[in-house]
Amino acid sequence: MKIHEFQAKKIFSEYGIPIPHGEVAKTPEEAKAIAEKLGGTVVVKAQIHAGGRGKGGGVKVVRNADEAYQAAKAIIGMNLVTHQTGPQGTKVKQVLVEEGLAVEKELYMGVVIDRAQAVPVIMASEAGGMEIEEVAARTPEKILKAAVDPATGFTAYHARKISYGLNLNADLVKKAAPFISSLYKIFIAKDCSLIEINPLVITRDGNLLALDGKMTFDDDGLYRHPELKELYDVDEQEPLEVEAGKNKLNYIKLDGNVGCMVNGAGLAMATMDIIKIAGGAPANFLDVGGGASAEQVENALRILLSDPHVKVVLINIFGGILRCDRVATGIVEAAKRIEMKLPLVVRLEGTNVEDGRRILKESGLKFDVATTFEDAAQKVSRLARA
Amino acid sequence: MSILLDKNTRVVFQGITGSEGSFHAKQCMEYGTRVVAGVTPGKGGQKFEETVPIFNRVIDAVEKEGANASCIFVPPAFASDAIIEAIDGGLDLVVCITEGIPVLDMVKVKKCLAGKKTRLIGPNCPGLISPGKCKIGIMPGFIHREGSIGLISRSGTLTYEVVWQLTNRGIGQSTCIGIGGDPIVGSNFMDLLPLFNDDPQTEAVVIIGEIGGTAEEEAAAYIKAHFKKPVFGFIAGQTAPPGRRMGHAGAIISGGTGTAAEKNAAWKAAGIHVETNPAMIGAMVASVLKKK
Repeated sequence: MKIHEFQAKKIFSEYGIPIPHGEVAKTPEEAKAIAEKLGGTVVVKAQIHAGGRGKGGGVKVVRNADEAYQAAKAIIGMNLVTHQTGPQGTKVKQVLVEEGLAVEKELYMGVVIDRAQAVPVIMASEAGGMEIEEVAARTPEKILKAAVDPATGFTAYHARKISYGLNLNADLVKKAAPFISSLYKIFIAKDCSLIEINPLVITRDGNLLALDGKMTFDDDGLYRHPELKELYDVDEQEPLEVEAGKNKLNYIKLDGNVGCMVNGAGLAMATMDIIKIAGGAPANFLDVGGGASAEQVENALRILLSDPHVKVVLINIFGGILRCDRVATGIVEAAKRIEMKLPLVVRLEGTNVEDGRRILKESGLKFDVATTFEDAAQKVSRLARA
Repeated sequence: MSILLDKNTRVVFQGITGSEGSFHAKQCMEYGTRVVAGVTPGKGGQKFEETVPIFNRVIDAVEKEGANASCIFVPPAFASDAIIEAIDGGLDLVVCITEGIPVLDMVKVKKCLAGKKTRLIGPNCPGLISPGKCKIGIMPGFIHREGSIGLISRSGTLTYEVVWQLTNRGIGQSTCIGIGGDPIVGSNFMDLLPLFNDDPQTEAVVIIGEIGGTAEEEAAAYIKAHFKKPVFGFIAGQTAPPGRRMGHAGAIISGGTGTAAEKNAAWKAAGIHVETNPAMIGAMVASVLKKK
């Protein structure tokens, strides 16, 4: 689960990490009032989950409260397009109005899980303000890492490894120790999968502040953090993905026209791959899970069909413990209730497959029953082009 | 031979009285797996299916029934505890089927595994099977056939698909292992490949990877340097859009971004027979083995 910058900063602040003074505004009037209170130069920042907000016109530095009003008026309600939002963009509902700071230097700091070592790793770089992926690709030597052994936990040397590595002066090294320690504490306490501060700034008056904040929580750890529930912003999610989530379906919308329903994530990805190889384009990723009851199949079909781009639907089920005859019965019931109008290609394989195919054929509905995985991909791709 | 499990493996099911646990324990018993005990705290003294003793603790299953492997069907909030109990019980093999264990719990489990003899498969995996001998997991037994192909996969149903393609061509399997799709798993390709390298029953290996992480690249390096048998590979997620997967920043640490293109390139460079069409994996294995 992702949260907004202002929410991440609030958590930083609760753990003693310095952040700029500021507040969230939902209207230009509120933005103006906050700017007046702060006085002087302020920064108006669009609050959406995607990165690259500055380049998309979602961040403005202004000199006074009137300009803050104008900036907020332009940003709130705009459809902000960045490299992470996709071409459709994300509608901005609120802005963060913060004091402007005299910045001496921009740094990067983050905590992630290193899969290979299976431990949390603190990452930092003097190349702040740039995308860390870019820094890693071009100048990997500029990224400092401190892996934290879960048996020892965070110790003072981790902070020294990072702060001396960042070439901080003696005064800043002292300030960096509690900063880094708190960051790690948050990562563990909140079951994060990622925390990023980019940039972390050194101000001209010699302070360290988190000028930005990005935080992603491990969805599997959310059950032990009821306090995080209220930070969830449903407007940032693709509506069909939200609907799918309610039905315990794993759905990701893509931009093709072949709707697919598959059991298992790996097979679902492989199904997308084979559709592409056959000359088609998948409209989505959808893992219907192990159950695939009539109700689940119906829910999944409804979600697939509410994407207006879908021209043909492929159901690819490898029945293991889940028997093909039961899946077939579910598909028939669901298709009847939904009054399916688009062509539907079904490929069943595995336990009781003959019974399953027979049920589909005898249903009187117009299923196109594919014999093999390859055959299914060819059929849907042809139908999608027709 | 086969690896990790055979006719002599004595399995305890942790969570045997739950609906999933009891269903799959029965399925495994029907396949011929020696399920010697079950563990459900508080239900010790009862019997499963009127024959299998249930204990409160894993250690009782080890001491009284000689269990040397475990299969875990415990809800995610309690699963890491169950794994640690199994490691402490000194089991050789622990298979965790549970999906949805918090990553930070797995960080602790990995630490606990270090220096121990226990091999953990999973979590969030279908388990493993040595066809004709023993099945510890949720895969349908009948799609398999005993033979000479070793298989390691990060996926569940895609593994069944590939196994079925092999079996339909008369190509049997020595051992098939689903290592699980989570960011942190007990065993990776690299941990298991040496076992297949030394297994006389295994003549060739199929590995099925996925986008994200660097496990595939590590496998490539090992295969290039040490592996003596033919290897076939497929990476799922060639068409997945970038940025929709977590662990992007995590992949940076080991110097890759985890795309299918990168992984395919690494595998090809290591001499692995790579197929990009998931329907053609069985055919590729058949054609290469025929030429041998």
